[in-house]
Amino acid sequence: MENALNKQAVSDDLMILNMGPQHPSTHGVIRFVITGDGEVMQRAVPHVGYLHRGIEKLAEGLPYPSFVPFTDRVDYLAAMFANHGYAMAVERLLGIEVPRRAEYLRVIVSELNRIASHLIGVGAMAMDIGAFTPFLHGIREREKLNDIIEELCGARLTYNYIRVGGVSFDFPQGLDAKIRAFLDTFEPLMEEFDRLITVNEILVKRCANVAVIDAETAKSYGLVGPNLRGSGVDWDLRRDLPYSAYPDFEFNVCLGRGFRGTLGDAYDRFIVRVQEMQESVKIIRQALDGLPEGEIKGKLPRKLKPAKGEAYGAVESARGELGYHVISDGTDKPYRVKIRAGSFNATSIVEHASRGLMIADLVVLIASLDVIAPEIDR
Amino acid sequence: MGDFFEYLKSQWSFAQEHPALAFFLLVVGYGIVMIGFFSAFAGPVTWVERRVAGRMQCRIGPNRVGPHGFLQWLADGLKNFLKEDLIPNAADKILFRIAVYPVFAGVFLTFVVLPLGPWIVGADLSVGVVYLLAVTALVVTGIIMSGWASNSKWSLLGGIRSAAQMVSYEVAAGMALLTAIIPAGSLSFQDIIEHQGGWPWQWLVVYSPATFLAFFVYFTASLAEGNRTPFDLPEAESELVAGYNTEYSGMRFLFFAFAEWANLYVIGAVITAVFLGGWRIPGVDIATQTNNIWLQFAGAAIFLTKASVLVFVTIWLRWTLPRLRVDQLMLMCWKYFVPFGIGLVVLSLFWQVLAAAVPTWVTSAISVLLTLAGAALVAGMFWRAWYNIRAGKDAPVYTWLI
Repeated sequence: MENALNKQAVSDDLMILNMGPQHPSTHGVIRFVITGDGEVMQRAVPHVGYLHRGIEKLAEGLPYPSFVPFTDRVDYLAAMFANHGYAMAVERLLGIEVPRRAEYLRVIVSELNRIASHLIGVGAMAMDIGAFTPFLHGIREREKLNDIIEELCGARLTYNYIRVGGVSFDFPQGLDAKIRAFLDTFEPLMEEFDRLITVNEILVKRCANVAVIDAETAKSYGLVGPNLRGSGVDWDLRRDLPYSAYPDFEFNVCLGRGFRGTLGDAYDRFIVRVQEMQESVKIIRQALDGLPEGEIKGKLPRKLKPAKGEAYGAVESARGELGYHVISDGTDKPYRVKIRAGSFNATSIVEHASRGLMIADLVVLIASLDVIAPEIDR
Repeated sequence: MGDFFEYLKSQWSFAQEHPALAFFLLVVGYGIVMIGFFSAFAGPVTWVERRVAGRMQCRIGPNRVGPHGFLQWLADGLKNFLKEDLIPNAADKILFRIAVYPVFAGVFLTFVVLPLGPWIVGADLSVGVVYLLAVTALVVTGIIMSGWASNSKWSLLGGIRSAAQMVSYEVAAGMALLTAIIPAGSLSFQDIIEHQGGWPWQWLVVYSPATFLAFFVYFTASLAEGNRTPFDLPEAESELVAGYNTEYSGMRFLFFAFAEWANLYVIGAVITAVFLGGWRIPGVDIATQTNNIWLQFAGAAIFLTKASVLVFVTIWLRWTLPRLRVDQLMLMCWKYFVPFGIGLVVLSLFWQVLAAAVPTWVTSAISVLLTLAGAALVAGMFWRAWYNIRAGKDAPVYTWLI
């Protein structure tokens, strides 16, 4: 692949630029081989695999419940979803019921985690465009979320909170009020954030009409989540394949509408994330209001030994559909676990979407797809 | 400088007996004092920038070395001097070594003509503005050299970007300066300052609508010339790693950084001298200020205050705004700034003819109106900042945090 690229570049008198694996804006260890004429790229080919840890293979040697901490490492910016997807797949395999209270708690922590992840997503995008301050404002808010989740489960990043059959801890006393206090401050702070960066004319000029992905291309590349919705495809697992307690809540699915340019450009994906944070606030408020009493963990056998068969559990993660396909051969260890993560497909579209962009636009494209290296490679 | 030497000759017999030697000593002494002074200015500016950035980003910033971390710049400087001066194996070693000097010289040569008072100036060149534009162009040479000599594609891209950017924006900056020079009728900085008065409504920025707009054009263009956000493309961290100085380390890297921060002062000082009344003290005429050494120092303090406010504004912008793309930057320059600048020059020329034809009170009234407009602009900015601070204060506070 590389040699072929080199030969082509020599014959066309193009420059090969190696971006990554150590580069400030590749968001982890990803590498892009850019073929271009100075600032204008012909294309950028993503090279993945620098963060491959063989998580799927590890699952085959571990009993079902022991794999949950490993799922944290699939997506460390939104680990709740990674836990949730695996727990759901195993629960479907075992055919067990999860208590309502546990489902509500799962929704609350997932949506808090979505806010945290999107704050990093939009903040990092602003930083890649050159504005450093919004990123740190996002980090500041995320710290408060980390504090809340730390109080709940003792961890700030890799939570190991959503377990097979339920969740690990109930709300400690007073956490309810703290989450409400956070939401009350978060909404005005989002307005401040919007004044600072979202409506900033330079940011709009940098993102609008850049790296347009139309709905058909987005579907054919298998984009999911905010990237897909940014292209105007109305698809959200929380509403369309309802799971957990989501059918109980009212929320809007935010879609790109070509806010300041073409439908499906980088700015649409940015705005979809900003709006989704506000929808998450709505969901958390409803879940806190309607939080039922009861158990937080379903009745599980001492040793989990599902019957032969397979199950698929997928959640709408901050980066789109995060699915676990678990195959059981009747023992206490899974025969195979396949993880379907949104970032992998999002990275694969870079080669298509980056044609004819400038190097500065490639940075915007990668940031707007909100790819995260551990989710690409697992 | 010349006037001061004449004054010195009348007071000091040594200067009468050996005028050449005395003049040489005076010039060398002034040079040393000025370089020391502006080094001592550029250093704390780095501290101010980092503290302001910390404040804006809800963090603390350097606060360990000295009171409130004020001596951090000394510690950083010392550290950089002690570090290994690394030169990449594949680099063009000679070019790599000498590339920092044009950058450093280009910024520091401007201090020759930037005046702090009637006598506190290196040389009152009759072509001061042209000299300033010429020596700042040296900076481009150094940056291109460093970009090429590093033998890294990121550095090269940074060097190319800066060449395109600085050369283009020099045209716009030159046009804006020309607009202000036309009413002053001289290219010498001292003459331009003497043409203005101490009060805000006597400054060149409010002399005519043309100079009022030229102030904004020059400020923006000089930000682009000085590679400051939103025009910091040559060293765009998220795109080009660190641009032209990616491969530099230790003392050489320090010199680039040093030149950049000294350049902040140059931006502020040129605007102060040309548009904002320079060292003129309100209500004091030039003769009084020239003859009283304490008033000269007071003028220097006023000059430095005005320049520092502008330096603060540049820092403020840097930590607020995102960065433009390279084609947008060039488009902005050649499609808007340069034609607009030429238009301003023509308008300024017409204004000279017009001002001679109409009664004085008309031009004075327009100056006052422009002063009010400028004051409203500044007040609006402050009101907005205040509003945002208040909005932050009224938000509920987390008592359970920290």
